[in-house]
Amino acid sequence: MAVTTDALPAAGAVEATPAPTSPRDTLRRQLYGYLFVSPWVVFFVGIFAFPLAFAVWMSFYDYFFAAPGADVERPFVGFDNYTSALTDPQVLESFRNVIVFLVINVPLTVVLAIGLAIALNAAIPFRTFFRTAYFVPYVTASVATIAVWLWLFSSDGLVNKLLGPLAPDPPFLINETLAMPTIAVYVTWKQLGFYVLLYLAALQNVPKELYEAAGIDGAARWAKFRHVTWPGVRPATTLIVILSVIIGSNLFTEPYLLTGGGGPNGASATPVFVLYQRGIEQGDAGYAAAIGVLLVIFVAVVALLAKWVSERGT
Amino acid sequence: MTQTIDAVEAEQAATPERPPGRPRHQRSIVRLVALTLGAFVFLFPFYYMLIGSLQEEPDTSVAGAFPNPGNLTTKNYSDINGSIDLLRSLVNSGIFTAAVVFSTLFFGLLAGYSLAVLHYRGRGAAFAAVLLVQTIPFQLLMIPLYVLLVRDYGLGDTYLGMILPFAISATAVFIFRQFFLQLPVELFEAARIDGAGEFAILRRIAIPLALPVILTVTLVTFIGPWNEFLWPFLVTKKADMQPLAVSLANYISNLASRAANPFGAILAGACVLAAPVVALFIIFQRHFTASDIGSGVKG
Repeated sequence: MAVTTDALPAAGAVEATPAPTSPRDTLRRQLYGYLFVSPWVVFFVGIFAFPLAFAVWMSFYDYFFAAPGADVERPFVGFDNYTSALTDPQVLESFRNVIVFLVINVPLTVVLAIGLAIALNAAIPFRTFFRTAYFVPYVTASVATIAVWLWLFSSDGLVNKLLGPLAPDPPFLINETLAMPTIAVYVTWKQLGFYVLLYLAALQNVPKELYEAAGIDGAARWAKFRHVTWPGVRPATTLIVILSVIIGSNLFTEPYLLTGGGGPNGASATPVFVLYQRGIEQGDAGYAAAIGVLLVIFVAVVALLAKWVSERGT
Repeated sequence: MTQTIDAVEAEQAATPERPPGRPRHQRSIVRLVALTLGAFVFLFPFYYMLIGSLQEEPDTSVAGAFPNPGNLTTKNYSDINGSIDLLRSLVNSGIFTAAVVFSTLFFGLLAGYSLAVLHYRGRGAAFAAVLLVQTIPFQLLMIPLYVLLVRDYGLGDTYLGMILPFAISATAVFIFRQFFLQLPVELFEAARIDGAGEFAILRRIAIPLALPVILTVTLVTFIGPWNEFLWPFLVTKKADMQPLAVSLANYISNLASRAANPFGAILAGACVLAAPVVALFIIFQRHFTASDIGSGVKG
């Protein structure tokens, strides 16, 4: 992800000045350079570049799974896969579901993460404990945390017991309106600790003098936040918005397990889930590849839009 | 990036902010209460996972959130073990994770050293590849990799098929490169003048210096395959090849309805899956740095 790359923009610029060496040494170092980097290059081409090109190629063919060894024809179909995906109600609904997810998840993530980071940034007791606590869901397997959410939000689970007469009917995970929002809350909970850490790091870069100057000017707490903190952490906000858009648009485990296969009635099916169903379960790989390409375009557009909003918003 | 959380903390502690407005102690109490509530929301599901895994009868009432000696059992653990063979699943998870960690450390160190210290044509392109890989989500590669590895090369239900897409973590290459870049060039030049070969320099100078970074990379890389669900789920159909995350997920979606206390068994499995990573994270907390961890975790 872009996290690490953004954290250290300067390091790439540092070029080592080569000491004077004989041409033979230079040649030797070049050979070792190629030797050492070659496993990575092979991996990049085999696991990344070639499959990526293959996916795009496949999306223009009627590429389906056949029995091993069978000689089948997989004709070129132009944009057929794309046009049928764009008119497929199942695909369209999955993109609508992602939009519902993002509308809830992204603002919630930003607000909670900056709030917790500011609270943690002050001199408070047990800071290590708090930071660890917020981070534990992030490092734990989705499958494990989903198990306990399934229990908490089941029809006679603890959450419904606590809500009593306010408990939704049908219960959260099988409710067409609430299934996707529940997933959005789950993902916010799961990922938040990481974003809190990003904001904590960003808060270290806000110049202390600005706070002091604002204090002399008699700025209230909210004004300080709006005029000093928020502009100061804007790069982090942009990064967090982009990351949460990318993660949120690529959900699979959550609709598969938490809502029992994108249910109810496809109300929580995501594009990756549909891609799995069509491509792997039904063997229509060309069609699934087209959905994948559409998803990448969708993510790029939403991420740019979100970046634009977060850079202009106050 | 190499700035650890503790360093950040020390910096913060040294310069406490002095906000105007309400009295300081009052505000810090409000802050502490908010943080405590937050921590409760974050930790309660883990506590509830453990309690639920030990209940003989699932008790979803508020009282059920407290341990009740009359309702405690370890039977759920033997139940889940009877359904998905915990040991076998743990061994599969272990092989998958260990292979990914080992291969990432080995090839990642070589690539990172090469990208930082050695000079050759095409080095910039190889590094651009490192950055590019980190921006594309794995889900996009799912279909072509499935077609290639499982359908064409017949690697379904093999460890190799599980491991290959994660064999070299781009994050690890990146972290190693950044680390080697900040070491003084003279260190390597001096060794070369003494006639040391690149392998010897890597083994005797670069790796010993990189030990703390190697620990961080090991931890961050460990979490990825241990938690990974999607890819091993696609690759493994045979139960005796599935890592724990996959066999537990299959239990949740297929078999749970047949068990007497399905949630008890599910939560017992979840505890076994979560425990190693949570324990590692708590023990080595200070080695997880904010910027390093992000890309390692995709589970």
